[in-house]
Amino acid sequence: MAGVAVTTTINGDEVEFLCQPDETLLDVLRDRLGLTGAKEGCGTGDCGACSVILDDRLVCSCLVLGAEAQGRQVETVEGMARGDKLHPLQQKFLEHAALQCGICTPGFLIAAKDLLAKNPDPTEEEIRFGLAGNLCRCTGYDKIVRAVQDAATVMKGA
Amino acid sequence: MGFDPRHLERNFKSVGTSPIRPDGVDKVTGRARYGADFNMAGQLVGRVLRSPHAHARIIKIDTSKAEKLAGVKAIVTAADLPDLTDGNSEMYAILDNCMAREKALYDGHAVAAVAAVDAHTAKRALKLIEVTYEVLPHVTDVDEAMKSTAPVLHDTVFTEGVEPKPDAPSNVAKRTQYGHGDVEAGFSQADFVVERSFKTEQTHQGYIEPHACVANTSPDGTAELWVCTQGHFVYRQHCAELLGLDVSKLRVTSSEIGGGFGGKTHVWTEPVALALSRKAGRPVKLVMTRDEVFRASGPTSATSIDVKIGARKDGTITAASASLRYSCGPYYGMWAELGAMTAFACYNLENVKTVGYEVLVNRPKTAAYRAPSAPMAAFAVESAIDELAKNVGIDPVEFRIKNAAREGTRSSYGPVYGPIGIGPTLEAVKNHPHMKAPLGKNQGRGMACGFWFNFGGQTCTDINIGMDGSVSLAVGTVDVGGSRASLSLVAAEELGIAYEQVKAVVADTSSLGYNDMTDGSRGTFSSSMATISAARNAIQTLRERAAQTWDIPVEDVVWEKGHAIAKGEKYGNLASLSLKDIAAKSGNTGGPIAGHSELVADGAGVSFATHICDIEVDPETGATRVLRYTVVQDAGKAVHPAYVEGQYQGGAAQGIGWALNEEYIYGSDGRLQNPGFLDYRIPVCSDLPMIDTQILEIPNPNHPYGVRGVGETSIVPPLAAIANAVSNAAGVRMTHIPMSPPRILAAIEAEQAG
Amino acid sequence: MRYERPSSMEEAVGLLTGATGTAAVLAGGSDLLVKMKGGFIEPDLVVDIKSIDGLREIRETSDGFSIGSAVSCAILGESAVLRKAWPGVVEAANLIGSKQVQGRCTIVGNICNASPAADSVPALVAAGAKASIVGPGGKRTIPVEEVATAPGKTSLTNGEIIDAILLDKRPPHSGDAYLRFIPRTEMDIAVVSAGVSLTIDEEGVVKSARVALGAAAPTVLLVEEAARILIGSKADAATLEKLAEACSAACRPIDDKRGTVAFRTKVAGVLAKRAAATAYARAGEK
Repeated sequence: MAGVAVTTTINGDEVEFLCQPDETLLDVLRDRLGLTGAKEGCGTGDCGACSVILDDRLVCSCLVLGAEAQGRQVETVEGMARGDKLHPLQQKFLEHAALQCGICTPGFLIAAKDLLAKNPDPTEEEIRFGLAGNLCRCTGYDKIVRAVQDAATVMKGA
Repeated sequence: MGFDPRHLERNFKSVGTSPIRPDGVDKVTGRARYGADFNMAGQLVGRVLRSPHAHARIIKIDTSKAEKLAGVKAIVTAADLPDLTDGNSEMYAILDNCMAREKALYDGHAVAAVAAVDAHTAKRALKLIEVTYEVLPHVTDVDEAMKSTAPVLHDTVFTEGVEPKPDAPSNVAKRTQYGHGDVEAGFSQADFVVERSFKTEQTHQGYIEPHACVANTSPDGTAELWVCTQGHFVYRQHCAELLGLDVSKLRVTSSEIGGGFGGKTHVWTEPVALALSRKAGRPVKLVMTRDEVFRASGPTSATSIDVKIGARKDGTITAASASLRYSCGPYYGMWAELGAMTAFACYNLENVKTVGYEVLVNRPKTAAYRAPSAPMAAFAVESAIDELAKNVGIDPVEFRIKNAAREGTRSSYGPVYGPIGIGPTLEAVKNHPHMKAPLGKNQGRGMACGFWFNFGGQTCTDINIGMDGSVSLAVGTVDVGGSRASLSLVAAEELGIAYEQVKAVVADTSSLGYNDMTDGSRGTFSSSMATISAARNAIQTLRERAAQTWDIPVEDVVWEKGHAIAKGEKYGNLASLSLKDIAAKSGNTGGPIAGHSELVADGAGVSFATHICDIEVDPETGATRVLRYTVVQDAGKAVHPAYVEGQYQGGAAQGIGWALNEEYIYGSDGRLQNPGFLDYRIPVCSDLPMIDTQILEIPNPNHPYGVRGVGETSIVPPLAAIANAVSNAAGVRMTHIPMSPPRILAAIEAEQAG
Repeated sequence: MRYERPSSMEEAVGLLTGATGTAAVLAGGSDLLVKMKGGFIEPDLVVDIKSIDGLREIRETSDGFSIGSAVSCAILGESAVLRKAWPGVVEAANLIGSKQVQGRCTIVGNICNASPAADSVPALVAAGAKASIVGPGGKRTIPVEEVATAPGKTSLTNGEIIDAILLDKRPPHSGDAYLRFIPRTEMDIAVVSAGVSLTIDEEGVVKSARVALGAAAPTVLLVEEAARILIGSKADAATLEKLAEACSAACRPIDDKRGTVAFRTKVAGVLAKRAAATAYARAGEK
């Protein structure tokens, strides 16, 4: 199988990689680029643990081919903090104890970031439906929803 | 270590606060490393070939074509994992489950494995392995498996626990019995008797992180294993035994764990990864796919339970009995026994009898799942209790309060209770505003109680004090939900220093003594006992160093608020020494300062909870909506209240999923039809309301701070609480879990048809 | 496997026609990549059509709307004109998968996957939508209900690609709606579903109607008897009960992991009457 050469932008940095044509963006991120923040919980788009933002669209990176990233912008959890300053969502997830095992956390943070970018003042119901593509088995979602609500308040004030 | 009653008046400084966890920043920035996030130079990719048959004799495995494929470095079958278990049937079951020997016993049972240079090659190699099977009749249903006509999984299994010893092999591996009094006499005194049968389907723990490991063996007889596990010392023991390694030469490092809930308490693919690495002479990374996780790991038992409870007109229960049949997968486990022990544990009963049957079926080996076996038994019992209360004409909460176990009650499984929380949780529920909130059309309210034993066990902890006064806390219980935070709080409390001064890590198996795994809600309970003990040992050294510095007897030095203080008039002008002061001089006063502890944490306090929930049922479709949910549970002492709440909420959410939608669905071919998160439906964010919690603190007399385990009990009441709510909303008693819309609609229509 | 990203329809058709082995079209990939992951399909060629001019556009034409086959359902949901004209079609398309899947999935992919449970298809069939097809033999247009012929099978021939879905302009007083039954609130495949589109006159009497059911038969079912019951009525309770009975009677479902024959048959009628009530209310608002 001949490799595909791809040039893309990840978290603001231009990145070049060679991947197999049937390799997913998730595999490229994790296995070729060392960005293991996105997780594979299912590989079929059902858990959202591999969520990334691709050209302003929230996607499951397990359902995108690495080759499709050519010329596009990819945003992962590794790009959320600015230096040592956490993104308000990251900070609020910590303060609200919105993670237990933490495996779903990167996906939730990216999905919540996308949600608040499109809807800065969501209702509880909008948050719950907006994050329905991300499975969490530990928290019962209560503290996650509260963390997103609190982060939205902080971000509106910013 | 007994409870120190002075703690009741004590003003805890750290314990009882909810600071940010020490592993938090890594987890929100993507830096935390889970099972599949670790790599070694030169590592190969491992993949497992699994049986497509529910029950089949393995006639032949031909690996010759796969071996010839370029890039394939090792192939292993059962022949590469010889039986070294020496008559230990539990270990043999684990070995046989890791790699099928004579028969494939369920859809998904491993039969061979490959290590290759990349995933593509490994996948292609699996297709080139030719397995010749003789397909055998199978049985997946627990009741079917008990019939004399059912295909027998093992002709070596004869039911244990019955007299006389049976002369024919059976799928019923064992019968166990618990209870006291005379139930027949008790039922004869009853004015009302409820007798019903219940079924629950098999569920999976559903952790989001699939099993993953990297194994590296060396020709010198040493090996290392990086793995997501609830117990790396246990995994070390299992792997060493199964591969014939010296225990201390296998170093196991537990990664961050992406959920376990009991499902990562014994080995699955790890011995296979080590065997592949041994054969290939290179590190091997083996990560299960989601499909494999469902088909071949986890799940809990499917059950079939009969309950009979009788009461007098005044609401006193006169007798209670239950017969509990639990599926074990193909290997014996004590699942029905745990159900039999827990079924009536909430109640003060004069006459009680429970009988458990461990049933072998062609499904994956049953693993522990959060308070294993208790939720199903509670579903059956608490449903019957609700119905009985209704028949007697007493409010269900009052009925339970009247019959609740209390201090001094002889439990249905034997021991006599100390101070316990069932009564207080019921009183709290009785007075909770949730119980008085109005309900709308097609809405129903249900409540139910739950019990779990909680475990203690072998525990070892180290405290090392840095020369700058910072403290490293090394624990051996894997952190599944924030225990590094709670244990740091305990260390800070004992040492009298700030939480931020402590850094907790989970040490690998070569750096600390043996620890049992994080199960039975023991993580914070056991490791806090060991941490307190280690801290007290460190304080002893700190006092000695201060005494040495002052040149006074150590007996005159006390430790208060993080300082050594010389006690007595004669030392009036001696300024106290802080932990930091003493640590800074440690190089000149006798060297490093540390505290060590190894103990068996006896006396885990039993745990009780009572839940309330409101459900709306669409009578035309059977659809349900959870409107409101409240958890009341005794924590003994909540060390980190936010994470205690998290345990309550998480257990409730898992219970809600189990009650309403989660189930293993097998086809008539014995194959699992829903091995993925699409059709194995765990609750999503929009399925749930906020989950209210109320933490009660009835101190555990066997822990210095009164701590009880909190992780498991929260999954026990939901099945019953929701069943009671749905039954009240739909006007028909639900007896089959999950109460999926088709089952609810069928029940409503059957009721309407009369 | 080879990955190609053609920039024109001709090139795409040429690639598919000339392919040896298995070829697959990639738009959103939310079905294709899942099938590849599970090993159900191992394509030798994947043709990514997202770089083809015009395929990522929604155009208003003199006849109505043309939705390019690479338009994601998220984009579809953001189209105010489409939401106004065909709310039922848009809500159906927006029910497919999660927010993550919405960012990728397309209605054409949903149609070509040929699942009887596809969410957008009953709504499109009720709407009378057509598929515009380009192939080695030129262009052709067929009703959406003629694309899927059986579960997983379509009437497209070698080298053919759907380039757009065509929806008519909406006459005044028209409304459509789509409802599906799932056990959870999100993330499930429809157990059974119903799409209804209708137009009423000034008096509120239904002039024309189409009713389609999903997951009730091997392909999406157009229930003409249900439409006949609606036409001439004011969608009153008695009519809706008759409509429900007609829909239930038309069902030919199966028992599977997602639902039973009895459940699907009953609930198909319940959803159809509820969707008809919504469509009727919407028609009255315009």
